[in-house]
Amino acid sequence: MADPVLSIRDLSVEIPTRHGIVRPVDGVSYDIQAGEILGIVGESGAGKSMAGNAVIGLLNPPAHISKGEIWLNGQRIDHLKGDAMRRLRGKEIGMVFQDPLTSLNPLLRIGDQLTETMMTHLTISRAEAEKRAVAALEEVGIPGAAERVNSYPHEFSGGMRQRVVIALALCAEPSLVIADEPTTALDVSVQAQIIALLRRLCRDRGTAVMLITHDMGVIAEATDRVAVMYAGRLAELGSVRDVLTHPQHPYTHGLMASTPLASQGKRRLHQIPGAMPRLDAVPDGCAFNPRCPHATDKCRQAPLPRLSGGRAACWYPLVDEKVI
Amino acid sequence: MLAYIIRRVGQSALVLLIVGLVAFSMFRFVGDPIDNMLGQERTAEDIERLRAQLGLDQPFVVQYYKFLEGAVQGNFGVSYRQGRPVAEILLERAPATLELAMVSGVLAILFGIALGVFTAIRRNGVLANVIMSASLIGVSLPTFLIGILLIYLFSVELGWLPSFGRGETVDLGGWTTGFLTESGLKALILPSITLGLYQMTLIMRLVRSEMLEVLRQDYIRFARARGLRDRAVNFRHALKNTMVPVITVIGLQLGAIIAFAIITETVFQWPGVGLLFINAIQFVDIPVMAAYLMLISVMFVGINLLVDILYFFIDPRLRADRSGGH
Repeated sequence: MADPVLSIRDLSVEIPTRHGIVRPVDGVSYDIQAGEILGIVGESGAGKSMAGNAVIGLLNPPAHISKGEIWLNGQRIDHLKGDAMRRLRGKEIGMVFQDPLTSLNPLLRIGDQLTETMMTHLTISRAEAEKRAVAALEEVGIPGAAERVNSYPHEFSGGMRQRVVIALALCAEPSLVIADEPTTALDVSVQAQIIALLRRLCRDRGTAVMLITHDMGVIAEATDRVAVMYAGRLAELGSVRDVLTHPQHPYTHGLMASTPLASQGKRRLHQIPGAMPRLDAVPDGCAFNPRCPHATDKCRQAPLPRLSGGRAACWYPLVDEKVI
Repeated sequence: MLAYIIRRVGQSALVLLIVGLVAFSMFRFVGDPIDNMLGQERTAEDIERLRAQLGLDQPFVVQYYKFLEGAVQGNFGVSYRQGRPVAEILLERAPATLELAMVSGVLAILFGIALGVFTAIRRNGVLANVIMSASLIGVSLPTFLIGILLIYLFSVELGWLPSFGRGETVDLGGWTTGFLTESGLKALILPSITLGLYQMTLIMRLVRSEMLEVLRQDYIRFARARGLRDRAVNFRHALKNTMVPVITVIGLQLGAIIAFAIITETVFQWPGVGLLFINAIQFVDIPVMAAYLMLISVMFVGINLLVDILYFFIDPRLRADRSGGH
């Protein structure tokens, strides 16, 4: 297989607090190939976004990378500082945020925001940048792009604004896009369009995508592989079909069983008992053990099994257990 | 946008009418000017004649109308004390106040915004914290005390700058300016610092807190995620978004600079309209007081109108067609 665009090795992020150090990302490893969409799922606070922020170098201090390596196109980037990291942002790594209503500067025309971004990273003239800005808007499906470059963000609907945000993230042709809950703030009817757009653009350009979401529907629809995160750790990593239909980690199984399906009509949804532990109170052993129906003393004491050969970080992976 | 401006002009006119009523009321309720103008040797006829001459024998509404009519034409009557038209006296004095206010305003805005941005971007830096602490002095010390301290330091102890007056001035067709002579410029320094210091610290603290608020916004994060240079993020994206509230306050403060020039002018014996007003109060020179009141309110209202119009150029969201009003 070709070298991955993004390779994360044993990455940990730590935040020092008054009650000691918490670790929102704890020993996570995964690769993303060119043209591949890796979905990152998990509950709020599972460390999904934090890992994305670590990759693009936008962790809010005092959060910092405490361990591990991040490689982008064969270059190690986790220790890059200041201007060297800034040059990668936008140019090599694009980012799409959750809320398109707040991620565009209200006082600048969208054309200006596009040309500004391109001229920061590419050596092109203003005229060329303006031409490309129109092309970029056409590509993301904004009707009348030639006139719309002169519009302000408030003149677009939410879905259209997210298209503009995607155009902005992709305008300098990055090799990796981090999409952090790109559809969460949108109408359900628009969500599918945005996901399809993101998928098409990245397939066409061979862009690697890290798609962070808590929406299983989005995962099923858009991604090639899935990483399931729990309490800052990777619970399971595998192809989307395997993980969704034959989950091996009890947490993934619980997650899948609690996803409502239209085909099943009205029935009481499955719940995973308990709640994800707070980051300053992660139990010893497997972080999921207090909620796991199969937990044994080994799960409560022995250090967490690493994802190496198997798909799931579990002592007792479920074998061929179908979800419902 | 035109409808908006017309509505704002209408509101401004209403404010001026009300201020006019207050100014005019002074004529009726603050003492009897006839007493002051005529000495002990007056006769009943003298009083009656002067009362008729000044129009003080007519009904309230008629007097108010006449006052407004005169005011619109720039005619505020005759100073009781100097016996000359008030408009003439004010015009003579206005350049001194306006030049002082202008220099103070420009200093306050330039340094206020620059220091505000600096302290916001380097909010954990040592220098930024020193500036923030020092700014508390500017906010809390009364103007006259700052003036006196500056005079003591730079005029009395060091002898570098004059302690009072405007220095030499040049007459440019009725406008006396201190900008063209060395002594005029020197004389401007201390009063303009005294007058502008409070406004500068206020603008600085406001710009800082607005900047900190804007720097937390998603679009700033997104701008950083696109790899834009710090300079572009801080000035193009962040500073512009802080401008609407900042301009509102700057507008109010410019009015305040002109109005509160009274104190600075008194401390530095600056021959402007503020000093004129203080002297007018001592002599119950009501036409001068009324005219001063009107002049200040016209400036206040005018500046605020300009500020409202400026919003349109800064924030495109306000330019959207809102025929329904708001």
